[in-house]
Amino acid sequence: MTNLSPANEPSLVDEAEAEEVARDRAGGAPRSGWRMLLPTMTPWLAVGLVLVGVITLFGIFGPYLVGDPRQIRDIGLTPPSADFLLGTTQTGQDVLAQLAYATRGSLQIGLLVGVLATALSAFFGIYGAYRGGFADEAFSLLSNVFLVIPGLPLVIVISGFVPRESRGLWTIAVVLAVTSWAASARVLRAQTLSVRNRDYVAASKVSGEKPWRVIVVEILPNLLPVIASQFVFAVIAAILGEAGLSFIGLGASNSATLGTMLFYAQNGFALSLGAWWWFVPPGLVIALFGMGLSLINFSIDEIINPKLKNLRQHRRRARKAARLERELARAHRRSRPQEPDAVREADGAKEVSAR
Amino acid sequence: MNYFLRKMGFYVVALWAALTLNFAIPRLLPGNPVDILLAKLQQRGGTVTPETREAYALLLGGDDSQPLWNQYVDYLNNLVHGDLGVSVSYYPAQVTDVIAQSLPWTVVLVGIATVMAAVLGVTLGAFVGWKPGTWLDSLIPATTLLAAVPYFWLALILAYVLARVLGWFPLQGGYDVVLDPGWNAEFILSAIHYGALPALTIVLASVGGWLLGMRNMMVSTLSEDYVLTAEAKGLSPRTVLRSYASRNAMLPSVAGFAISLGFVVSGSVITEQVFSYPGIGGRLLGAVTNNDYALMQGLFLVITLAVLGANLVVDLLYGLIDPRTRARS
Repeated sequence: MTNLSPANEPSLVDEAEAEEVARDRAGGAPRSGWRMLLPTMTPWLAVGLVLVGVITLFGIFGPYLVGDPRQIRDIGLTPPSADFLLGTTQTGQDVLAQLAYATRGSLQIGLLVGVLATALSAFFGIYGAYRGGFADEAFSLLSNVFLVIPGLPLVIVISGFVPRESRGLWTIAVVLAVTSWAASARVLRAQTLSVRNRDYVAASKVSGEKPWRVIVVEILPNLLPVIASQFVFAVIAAILGEAGLSFIGLGASNSATLGTMLFYAQNGFALSLGAWWWFVPPGLVIALFGMGLSLINFSIDEIINPKLKNLRQHRRRARKAARLERELARAHRRSRPQEPDAVREADGAKEVSAR
Repeated sequence: MNYFLRKMGFYVVALWAALTLNFAIPRLLPGNPVDILLAKLQQRGGTVTPETREAYALLLGGDDSQPLWNQYVDYLNNLVHGDLGVSVSYYPAQVTDVIAQSLPWTVVLVGIATVMAAVLGVTLGAFVGWKPGTWLDSLIPATTLLAAVPYFWLALILAYVLARVLGWFPLQGGYDVVLDPGWNAEFILSAIHYGALPALTIVLASVGGWLLGMRNMMVSTLSEDYVLTAEAKGLSPRTVLRSYASRNAMLPSVAGFAISLGFVVSGSVITEQVFSYPGIGGRLLGAVTNNDYALMQGLFLVITLAVLGANLVVDLLYGLIDPRTRARS
């Protein structure tokens, strides 16, 4: 399949450099070294960081602040109240307490699978592309095959064959990682191919460096933003995948995740009993956490593809221009209230600026 | 022609890999289906003799006495003849019959929903990317929420609001059970009514990805020289949008269809479970809970074949739409 972006690359770099130079002239300090690898702060990035931060803190410290999630009381299915902020389940268990433990469980598995899947994709993507020849062909064929085989049905079949007793956290993590590394391996391969023929890599090879050193010291730093963005995607996919698996009762045994919460809610007829406080919060935590990670990924994308950053700046300028135009038109109208021409003129100007 | 040959070659390899995976999974994993079934039988008070064991092994197609290679050849041979074994949970129905009953439901549901989501997402993405800086464009990051929502949870929410609270749609099932399945208007209308909610779930959960991808490609296409040239020629914005920008920006979306189809199929498997839809997904989960291994493997095979087939069609179409792919390979 074609990858259309590499063709654009030279012009991208030029534009980004032009941007840097322009900022330099304007008096601002140029961003140097590692600062270049950090994303620029935008409102959406802030939202993402806050969402991810709050949910992570809730997952880490929440379980210490709530009661026992398993304690059964004789107040089944009470709506949210002062005593139980998120109400109770059918057997009177505190939903908030369950949510805290479940969030922790989901984050754990997300992190675990994210690391495993990223490691797999880095190996198959980077090593194959670096070696070239047969290894590259074989690895890229392997990742393409894994890409077209639908992941979740495969995971379901695998989980169906593993007996319930031996279906632990690690089994599920490995299965999820094995079925989800392919897409990012392809992205990493494309990036490595563009890096591996640069002069400094060739120089390092000629000077007799070992392959692992060339990969780790010369190639890997260039791929860090890409790997970071793939890792973030892998975490989202893992949390979603595990939730789906647990929801149909095929998750790790004796684990408490957001998926298992939804499983119990579904099997406890939360839907037909109208107990929205039982099934809404777990999914909302997943969705908000995933949204936060995606928003962070947007900013990482801007490092990988500086054109997006230019776009954002361009858009800000366009917005500012439109605002100025509007103010100008308003000022115009105020100074000469009975002049229809002015309004038309301002409208014309607005149209030009919108282009 | 070389391009098509290469593609066909790849799909042959992928098909072989899927078949082999399907063969290897039960033999590589720790659990032995025969043992699990026998344990279940014992729990229900049945007596287990060596003969029972052998009968079960034969029924599941895993005759341990044969060397692995012979088992593999037998397995492939059976597949060629369309023999997927006997379903335990629908005994004595053939696996192929069970699949043939449920496949149309899923194909129609997932097919229509995916095409709708793709068309909607790509069109919206083209318009949003065309005019960066509008209020619509600044809302784009919010669509990530839709993309990060678990399919089945969205299904639960929709079922709660639209079916339980508002009562617009039925909560469960694929058609009104008082009707007989057949090609009459009444039945088809009922199927559409029952399928609306699952379809809405799939469309809502997958439209965000299409929108985002298209919008990003649109933005990078707009800075291409040929768009500038088209504008300089004085072509109307609509022509530039339609014939120059979106046509080129759409290519990665078409190529990305492969990956997203896999996701949609995965998501719909669980969505079907929420709505008790009579499709492939519900059968797959039923097979897992009933330890119906033959059905499980057959369903996995059919799902994989369907996704592979759809990908093949898209890939071949892609070669037609974008001549560069043919020139390069």
